[in-house]
Amino acid sequence: MGITELNILTEPKDPKKLSIISFSGDFDKLVATFTLATGAAAVGYEVNIFFTFWGLDAIKQKQGRSFVGTGSLPKLFGFFMGGLRSAPVSRLNFCGISPKIFRYLMRKKNVATLEELVEAAKALEVNMYACEMAMHILGLQKSDFIHEVRDVLGVATFLDISEGGRTLFI
Amino acid sequence: MSTVKLDITKEHCPMTFVKTKIALSKLQKGDILEVLLVEGEPLQNVPKSSREQGYKVLEVSHVEGQVHKVLIEK
Repeated sequence: MGITELNILTEPKDPKKLSIISFSGDFDKLVATFTLATGAAAVGYEVNIFFTFWGLDAIKQKQGRSFVGTGSLPKLFGFFMGGLRSAPVSRLNFCGISPKIFRYLMRKKNVATLEELVEAAKALEVNMYACEMAMHILGLQKSDFIHEVRDVLGVATFLDISEGGRTLFI
Repeated sequence: MSTVKLDITKEHCPMTFVKTKIALSKLQKGDILEVLLVEGEPLQNVPKSSREQGYKVLEVSHVEGQVHKVLIEK
């Protein structure tokens, strides 16, 4: 799924609220997620990010590869999925070389890196939530995530939180 | 009241807005943020979004080349 497939799921009633479902754990899509989130928060939007499935990798405390999770299969998945620093790009990943090249280019061209965007999201108090169902499958606990993750939610609560604003699926 | 300077002329979206917002959040009411920025998106939107968030834009002036100065009061 490419960035061109970002879907606007709802028409806004309150233009000052942006909610993002962060499904992909891909480097480039996480850059898109956190660029939108921090930009919107900086110009006064309430911003909510609901991390689910591969997206949960972005908010793990351990940013590299580690056996996070309960049970042998979740631990194995946790290792191969890794955290923020292990995120692959969605195209031309070249066995993990491309994210390193992107990070180099971003620093060289003075564009915020993914890690800087995440730090900015924390500073701007972007509301980050984790998906209860995906956590259950992957054997993850709230304590496996960064402290800024406010809560563990299901679909109904996310719909309540996002109601009235724009919602994106990335 | 104090004046704090912020140079975002070398920054790109979204950090132009992010750094302005974070700098403003650290100020006391009545303090002034002096922002140096370039034409295009930063010049169009930093003053606009600051006004929309309730800050007072005191001045927008040309410095040199593409660089402009914006004074924002918290």
